[in-house]
Amino acid sequence: MNEVLLFRGALVEGAGAADVIVEDGVIAEIGPGLSRAGATAIDVDGLVMLPGLVDLHTHLREPGYEASETVLTGSRAAAAGGYTAVFAMPNTSPVADTAGVVEQELALGEAAGYVTVQPIGAVTVGQKGERLAELGAMADSRARVRVFSDDGFCVWDPLIMRRALEYVKAFDGVIAQHAQDPRLTEGAQMNEGSVSAELGLAGWPAVAEESIIARDVLLAEHVGSRLHVCHLSTAGSVEIIRWAKKRGVDVTAEVTPHHLLLTDELVRGYDARYKVNPPLRREEDVLALREALADGTIDIVATDHAPHPAEAKSCEWSAAANGMVGLESALRVVQQAMVDTGLITWADVARIMSREPARIGRLAGHGTPLTEGHPASLTFYDPSPRREFTTADLRGRSMNSPYLGRELPGDVRWTLHRGVVTVADGAVLDTPGVRA
Amino acid sequence: MRHLLDTQTLSYDDALRILDVAEDMADTQRREVKKLPTLRGKTVVNLFFEDSTRTRISFEAAAKRLSADVINFSAKGSSVSKGESLQDTAQTLQAMGADAVVIRHGSSGAPRTLATSGWISAGVVNAGDGTHEHPTQALLDAFTIRKRRFGADSRGRDLQGVSVAIVGDILHSRVARSNVWLLRTLGAEVTLVAPPTLVPQDVSTWPARVVYDLDEAIAAGPDALMMLRIQLERMNAAYFPTEREYSRRWGLDAARLGALRADSIVMHPGPMNRGLEISAEAADSPRSTVLEQVANGVSVRMAALYLLLAGAERDADTTDATEGSTR
Repeated sequence: MNEVLLFRGALVEGAGAADVIVEDGVIAEIGPGLSRAGATAIDVDGLVMLPGLVDLHTHLREPGYEASETVLTGSRAAAAGGYTAVFAMPNTSPVADTAGVVEQELALGEAAGYVTVQPIGAVTVGQKGERLAELGAMADSRARVRVFSDDGFCVWDPLIMRRALEYVKAFDGVIAQHAQDPRLTEGAQMNEGSVSAELGLAGWPAVAEESIIARDVLLAEHVGSRLHVCHLSTAGSVEIIRWAKKRGVDVTAEVTPHHLLLTDELVRGYDARYKVNPPLRREEDVLALREALADGTIDIVATDHAPHPAEAKSCEWSAAANGMVGLESALRVVQQAMVDTGLITWADVARIMSREPARIGRLAGHGTPLTEGHPASLTFYDPSPRREFTTADLRGRSMNSPYLGRELPGDVRWTLHRGVVTVADGAVLDTPGVRA
Repeated sequence: MRHLLDTQTLSYDDALRILDVAEDMADTQRREVKKLPTLRGKTVVNLFFEDSTRTRISFEAAAKRLSADVINFSAKGSSVSKGESLQDTAQTLQAMGADAVVIRHGSSGAPRTLATSGWISAGVVNAGDGTHEHPTQALLDAFTIRKRRFGADSRGRDLQGVSVAIVGDILHSRVARSNVWLLRTLGAEVTLVAPPTLVPQDVSTWPARVVYDLDEAIAAGPDALMMLRIQLERMNAAYFPTEREYSRRWGLDAARLGALRADSIVMHPGPMNRGLEISAEAADSPRSTVLEQVANGVSVRMAALYLLLAGAERDADTTDATEGSTR
């Protein structure tokens, strides 16, 4: 860590150019025309400098499903996508519902070294929705868990949800809800609408998401708790969040990159790469989500990176697993859907993909200002190229990306995690910290 | 034709060609010796992941009358029930040299997945996939309507001006979907009649009118009334309260049969629930085409197999009806 790095010519959050000196893991100096004897100079002229990206919704699959992803491969994929921190969802095997499992997850992340791996704890034991897990023990553990979620399953029982919302106030926690009424979505295969009617696939109606969100914002208001809603996917959900925020409910919401770009029309070929939960919705939903992200109704973008082995997707639609990998493509998709369309600026990208996710997750040392003395967790991104997204872009263990074969803008050139280079000149380093 | 996966993307020309070739096939079936040498040396695999004796034996009869070798591969008691994937099954059939695969599968879209996966080079015929489509059923229904209307003068004709009411569980019916698209392509007008719970939530893109009242549909005087089989397990999922109530409101009983226009035909894809969606009077009346549908099914399936396996060699420049735009 004695090497001093001098990045020349970065556009700070897409605005004015500046040089940045990184030393001892922090931003030592930032400003125009810097020089430092002995520093390694790196030309980043014209690249957008962002605070290292933070993903509030990642599935790393370890322990238990190492054929799909491990903490090492998933955090490598994260670095490739410009991330310096990921929140790991607890639907592993065993489920991360005890202090022991979340501490193991944390240790695996530290050993991998690519990004900060912040475990999320399960709300209920085994994510079964019946009894609260030991939320306090996870909060007090070395993993310092602040986000709790049964993601993959909805905390459906209204009484359990109410208690969870109340209980985590003791340690400034937040419940991240996977909003899905289980009865209304039994056997559901795709968005319920005109396309599902034609394809003969059982529908996942928007109301199954919206009714849970409506209930939860009312519960959060009633008990004065903080609520986070995972992967908003419908125009109706946006309206409910907008209404709740206007009332002063302490609610935040996320949207995935794929719900900002892809629609249920893609299901027509029955290609299971497009099978995801919540499902791809209609064009009008996509447009409403973009608008809500631009106006602040939706707070953040989170990937819902969900790796699956080939055999889980290379089969008939109803037998296929839900989920898409997303870490490597997220920033590029956000550029295409939000920045290139003129809806938001790069400063907004810094907010929705780094600062706000870190704040919602109460993760210190991430999403910090790009000023002297702050951790050098940084992403340098070139928005100018346009090229096809290929398997070479995927650096995790699984290939279930919906973007393969699709042209996307942009390229992550450099990622630094607390001053340690994880991506150098577009290449993920095999061992972080050792630059080629 | 490379595959026959659905009627939604089947062109007018291909649909009419199948029906006309089926007429030729039907003619041969009136001879004493029904067997044709056309597909000698070809192997047709009936790959049935769901039980369906009727559809399987219809395809089997069709293939055998064209002299193809037939392999029946049913999921029950095979490696499939031991967890073998569709991919492995398909690749096994490929290794055995299947020229055509007739697939029945409980999962909507499985035939398309099979046809587009690259696992197999054989032509794929959809013999019913989940709640998606059952294209040969719709083709035999169209053939039957055309035959009743035009008799020996059927060749080359479409169904312009014909009105068809399809009654029953539209939501879960692959027969209904395939008929909606094919009848539209052939110029017919389609009315769907069902309890609101058994109509898909959004059918705004379907070229069909929806009514909830069977008497209203009958009063409109359709040329064909197609009754769908109702699955009794739907009752448990609250789609309708009781069998009795369903039968009363949406069953074709003697009174409704009497109210039906005198020259309208009554169709049913079988197997029938007599006394539930269709009364014995209706099923056994001269207006019922149930047995004609079965007979015509063999002719239509002969035509489909012929066009897939022999037709491809004879006119290689034929556009592929089933690989059109998937939008």
